[in-house]
Amino acid sequence: MSATLSPRQVGDVTVIDVSGRITLGEGSSNLRDGIRSLVTKGNKKILLNLGDVSYIDSSGIGELVSGFTSVANQGGQLKLLNLTKRVRDLLQITKLYTVFEVYDDEAAAIRSFA
Amino acid sequence: MPEDTETQRVETYLDSELESADAAENLVIEVARDLGFAEEEIHKLGMAVRESVVNAVVHGNRYNRRKKVHLAVSSAPDRLTVKVGDEGEGFDINSIGNPIADHNLLQQSGRGIFLIRAFVDEFSVRRLTHGTEVTLMKYRQ
Repeated sequence: MSATLSPRQVGDVTVIDVSGRITLGEGSSNLRDGIRSLVTKGNKKILLNLGDVSYIDSSGIGELVSGFTSVANQGGQLKLLNLTKRVRDLLQITKLYTVFEVYDDEAAAIRSFA
Repeated sequence: MPEDTETQRVETYLDSELESADAAENLVIEVARDLGFAEEEIHKLGMAVRESVVNAVVHGNRYNRRKKVHLAVSSAPDRLTVKVGDEGEGFDINSIGNPIADHNLLQQSGRGIFLIRAFVDEFSVRRLTHGTEVTLMKYRQ
Protein backbone atom coordinates (compact mmCIF):
# COMPACT_ATOMS: atom_id res chain seq x y z
CA MET A 1 0.00 0.00 0.00
CA SER A 2 1.40 3.40 -0.99
CA ALA A 3 1.82 6.00 1.70
CA THR A 4 -1.28 7.87 2.84
CA LEU A 5 -1.07 11.13 4.76
CA SER A 6 -3.57 12.33 7.34
CA PRO A 7 -2.78 15.83 8.59
CA ARG A 8 -4.21 17.13 11.87
CA GLN A 9 -3.61 20.33 13.76
CA VAL A 10 -2.34 20.36 17.34
CA GLY A 11 -2.07 24.01 18.33
CA ASP A 12 0.14 25.62 15.74
CA VAL A 13 1.84 22.32 14.83
CA THR A 14 0.65 20.26 11.89
CA VAL A 15 1.00 16.58 12.67
CA ILE A 16 0.95 14.33 9.61
CA ASP A 17 0.15 10.71 10.36
CA VAL A 18 1.81 8.75 7.57
CA SER A 19 1.04 5.10 6.93
CA GLY A 20 2.01 2.52 4.33
CA ARG A 21 5.04 2.34 2.07
CA ILE A 22 7.15 5.31 1.01
CA THR A 23 8.85 4.02 -2.11
CA LEU A 24 9.65 5.53 -5.50
CA GLY A 25 6.40 6.28 -7.32
CA GLU A 26 3.08 6.95 -5.68
CA GLY A 27 4.36 6.61 -2.12
CA SER A 28 7.15 9.15 -2.40
CA SER A 29 5.08 11.55 -4.53
CA ASN A 30 2.25 11.46 -1.96
CA LEU A 31 4.71 12.49 0.72
CA ARG A 32 6.24 15.19 -1.48
CA ASP A 33 2.83 16.63 -2.43
CA GLY A 34 1.59 16.53 1.16
CA ILE A 35 4.54 18.45 2.56
CA ARG A 36 4.60 20.87 -0.36
CA SER A 37 0.93 21.64 0.13
CA LEU A 38 1.45 22.50 3.79
CA VAL A 39 4.50 24.64 3.06
CA THR A 40 2.54 26.51 0.38
CA LYS A 41 -0.18 27.25 2.93
CA GLY A 42 2.42 28.69 5.27
CA ASN A 43 2.60 25.86 7.81
CA LYS A 44 6.04 26.12 9.37
CA LYS A 45 5.81 23.59 12.16
CA ILE A 46 5.42 20.09 10.77
CA LEU A 47 5.68 16.83 12.68
CA LEU A 48 5.77 13.67 10.57
CA ASN A 49 4.43 10.68 12.48
CA LEU A 50 6.04 7.67 10.78
CA GLY A 51 4.82 5.08 13.28
CA ASP A 52 2.70 3.27 10.69
CA VAL A 53 5.22 3.42 7.86
CA SER A 54 5.98 -0.18 7.01
CA TYR A 55 8.71 0.41 4.44
CA ILE A 56 10.84 3.24 3.12
CA ASP A 57 13.39 3.13 0.31
CA SER A 58 16.13 5.53 -0.77
CA SER A 59 13.59 7.61 -2.67
CA GLY A 60 11.45 7.92 0.45
CA ILE A 61 14.49 8.98 2.45
CA GLY A 62 15.17 11.55 -0.25
CA GLU A 63 11.66 12.93 0.14
CA LEU A 64 12.13 13.25 3.90
CA VAL A 65 15.33 15.23 3.27
CA SER A 66 13.66 17.33 0.59
CA GLY A 67 10.75 18.08 2.93
CA PHE A 68 13.15 18.98 5.72
CA THR A 69 15.04 21.46 3.55
CA SER A 70 11.96 23.00 1.92
CA VAL A 71 10.36 23.65 5.31
CA ALA A 72 13.64 25.00 6.67
CA ASN A 73 13.99 27.30 3.66
CA GLN A 74 10.66 28.87 4.64
CA GLY A 75 11.93 29.45 8.16
CA GLY A 76 10.11 26.44 9.57
CA GLN A 77 10.95 23.07 11.08
CA LEU A 78 10.10 19.51 10.10
CA LYS A 79 10.59 16.89 12.80
CA LEU A 80 10.01 13.14 12.97
CA LEU A 81 7.93 11.10 15.39
CA ASN A 82 7.63 7.37 16.17
CA LEU A 83 10.23 5.81 13.91
CA THR A 84 10.02 2.07 13.44
CA LYS A 85 13.25 0.17 14.01
CA ARG A 86 13.80 -0.23 10.28
CA VAL A 87 13.32 3.46 9.53
CA ARG A 88 15.51 4.39 12.48
CA ASP A 89 18.22 2.01 11.23
CA LEU A 90 18.02 3.54 7.76
CA LEU A 91 18.42 7.06 9.12
CA GLN A 92 21.39 5.93 11.20
CA ILE A 93 23.08 4.18 8.27
CA THR A 94 22.64 7.28 6.11
CA LYS A 95 23.75 9.59 8.97
CA LEU A 96 20.47 11.47 8.73
CA TYR A 97 19.65 10.65 12.32
CA THR A 98 21.99 13.52 13.15
CA VAL A 99 20.07 15.86 10.81
CA PHE A 100 16.47 15.28 11.91
CA GLU A 101 15.04 15.94 15.33
CA VAL A 102 13.41 12.63 16.26
CA TYR A 103 10.86 12.04 19.02
CA ASP A 104 9.09 9.01 20.47
CA ASP A 105 6.56 11.05 22.43
CA GLU A 106 4.10 13.27 20.57
CA ALA A 107 3.50 15.70 23.42
CA ALA A 108 7.23 16.24 23.85
CA ALA A 109 7.60 16.72 20.10
CA ILE A 110 4.80 19.32 20.06
CA ARG A 111 6.36 21.19 22.97
CA SER A 112 9.73 21.25 21.22
CA PHE A 113 8.34 23.57 18.53
CA ALA A 114 7.50 26.31 21.03
CA MET B 1 32.51 -22.33 -1.92
CA PRO B 2 33.02 -23.16 -5.61
CA GLU B 3 30.74 -21.57 -8.13
CA ASP B 4 29.49 -24.90 -9.47
CA THR B 5 27.64 -25.64 -6.24
CA GLU B 6 25.21 -22.84 -7.09
CA THR B 7 21.80 -23.74 -8.42
CA GLN B 8 20.02 -21.45 -10.81
CA ARG B 9 16.56 -21.00 -9.38
CA VAL B 10 14.94 -18.17 -11.30
CA GLU B 11 15.72 -16.13 -14.39
CA THR B 12 13.33 -13.62 -15.85
CA TYR B 13 13.10 -10.44 -17.89
CA LEU B 14 11.17 -7.57 -16.39
CA ASP B 15 9.63 -4.53 -18.05
CA SER B 16 11.26 -1.15 -17.55
CA GLU B 17 8.67 0.12 -15.10
CA LEU B 18 8.66 0.74 -11.37
CA GLU B 19 6.31 -2.17 -10.72
CA SER B 20 9.17 -4.47 -11.71
CA ALA B 21 10.91 -3.50 -8.47
CA ASP B 22 7.96 -4.92 -6.51
CA ALA B 23 7.99 -8.10 -8.59
CA ALA B 24 11.74 -8.61 -8.20
CA GLU B 25 11.71 -7.89 -4.48
CA ASN B 26 8.81 -10.28 -3.87
CA LEU B 27 10.44 -13.00 -5.92
CA VAL B 28 13.77 -12.77 -4.09
CA ILE B 29 12.03 -12.62 -0.71
CA GLU B 30 10.23 -15.85 -1.55
CA VAL B 31 13.47 -17.61 -2.50
CA ALA B 32 15.30 -16.30 0.59
CA ARG B 33 12.46 -17.47 2.81
CA ASP B 34 12.63 -20.94 1.23
CA LEU B 35 16.33 -21.01 2.03
CA GLY B 36 15.70 -20.20 5.68
CA PHE B 37 17.10 -16.67 5.82
CA ALA B 38 16.16 -14.67 8.92
CA GLU B 39 13.40 -12.10 8.42
CA GLU B 40 15.66 -9.08 8.93
CA GLU B 41 18.18 -10.44 6.43
CA ILE B 42 15.36 -11.07 3.98
CA HIS B 43 14.20 -7.48 4.39
CA LYS B 44 17.68 -6.12 3.72
CA LEU B 45 18.21 -8.33 0.68
CA GLY B 46 14.76 -7.43 -0.65
CA MET B 47 15.48 -3.74 -0.29
CA ALA B 48 18.87 -4.12 -2.01
CA VAL B 49 17.14 -5.88 -4.92
CA ARG B 50 14.47 -3.15 -5.06
CA GLU B 51 17.13 -0.43 -5.23
CA SER B 52 19.03 -2.35 -7.92
CA VAL B 53 15.97 -2.82 -10.11
CA VAL B 54 14.92 0.81 -9.66
CA ASN B 55 18.40 1.86 -10.79
CA ALA B 56 18.11 -0.44 -13.81
CA VAL B 57 14.68 0.91 -14.75
CA VAL B 58 15.28 4.60 -14.03
CA HIS B 59 18.96 5.22 -14.70
CA GLY B 60 19.82 2.25 -16.94
CA ASN B 61 16.88 1.67 -19.25
CA ARG B 62 15.34 5.10 -18.56
CA TYR B 63 11.84 3.60 -18.62
CA ASN B 64 12.35 2.57 -22.26
CA ARG B 65 9.63 0.00 -22.99
CA ARG B 66 11.81 -1.71 -25.59
CA LYS B 67 14.48 -2.47 -22.99
CA LYS B 68 14.24 -5.15 -20.33
CA VAL B 69 15.69 -5.71 -16.89
CA HIS B 70 17.32 -9.11 -16.52
CA LEU B 71 16.93 -10.75 -13.12
CA ALA B 72 18.70 -13.98 -12.18
CA VAL B 73 18.55 -15.59 -8.78
CA SER B 74 20.76 -18.50 -7.81
CA SER B 75 21.42 -20.13 -4.51
CA ALA B 76 23.82 -22.35 -2.63
CA PRO B 77 23.22 -23.84 0.80
CA ASP B 78 24.86 -20.87 2.50
CA ARG B 79 24.07 -17.95 0.19
CA LEU B 80 21.83 -16.33 -2.33
CA THR B 81 23.10 -14.49 -5.40
CA VAL B 82 21.05 -12.00 -7.39
CA LYS B 83 22.10 -10.48 -10.69
CA VAL B 84 20.26 -7.45 -12.09
CA GLY B 85 21.12 -6.34 -15.62
CA ASP B 86 19.94 -3.42 -17.71
CA GLU B 87 20.38 -2.38 -21.34
CA GLY B 88 21.46 1.17 -20.64
CA GLU B 89 24.53 3.26 -21.36
CA GLY B 90 26.40 2.15 -18.25
CA PHE B 91 27.78 4.24 -15.45
CA ASP B 92 31.01 4.80 -13.58
CA ILE B 93 30.48 3.66 -10.01
CA ASN B 94 33.42 5.80 -8.94
CA SER B 95 31.55 8.90 -10.07
CA ILE B 96 28.89 8.42 -7.41
CA GLY B 97 29.38 10.70 -4.45
CA ASN B 98 29.50 9.55 -0.85
CA PRO B 99 26.01 10.24 0.51
CA ILE B 100 27.19 10.34 4.13
CA ALA B 101 29.80 13.01 3.49
CA ASP B 102 28.72 16.16 5.34
CA HIS B 103 28.29 18.17 2.14
CA ASN B 104 26.02 15.46 0.65
CA LEU B 105 23.78 14.73 3.63
CA LEU B 106 20.99 17.00 2.42
CA GLN B 107 21.06 15.80 -1.17
CA GLN B 108 17.71 14.36 -2.21
CA SER B 109 19.16 11.43 -4.15
CA GLY B 110 22.30 9.31 -4.35
CA ARG B 111 21.73 6.80 -1.54
CA GLY B 112 20.64 3.74 -3.55
CA ILE B 113 24.03 2.13 -4.21
CA PHE B 114 25.16 3.04 -0.70
CA LEU B 115 22.20 1.16 0.81
CA ILE B 116 22.73 -1.83 -1.47
CA ARG B 117 26.33 -2.09 -0.27
CA ALA B 118 25.15 -1.80 3.33
CA PHE B 119 22.53 -4.51 2.99
CA VAL B 120 24.39 -7.29 1.16
CA ASP B 121 27.65 -9.07 1.88
CA GLU B 122 29.16 -8.71 -1.58
CA PHE B 123 28.36 -6.24 -4.33
CA SER B 124 29.94 -5.86 -7.74
CA VAL B 125 29.23 -4.02 -10.98
CA ARG B 126 30.06 -5.33 -14.43
CA ARG B 127 29.88 -3.43 -17.68
CA LEU B 128 28.15 -5.45 -20.39
CA THR B 129 28.38 -4.92 -24.14
CA HIS B 130 24.98 -3.27 -23.93
CA GLY B 131 24.25 -2.31 -20.37
CA THR B 132 25.32 -2.89 -16.80
CA GLU B 133 24.95 -5.85 -14.48
CA VAL B 134 25.13 -5.69 -10.70
CA THR B 135 25.64 -8.78 -8.56
CA LEU B 136 24.43 -8.97 -4.98
CA MET B 137 25.41 -11.79 -2.68
CA LYS B 138 23.99 -12.44 0.75
CA TYR B 139 25.12 -15.19 3.09
CA ARG B 140 22.68 -16.92 5.37
CA GLN B 141 23.54 -16.15 8.98
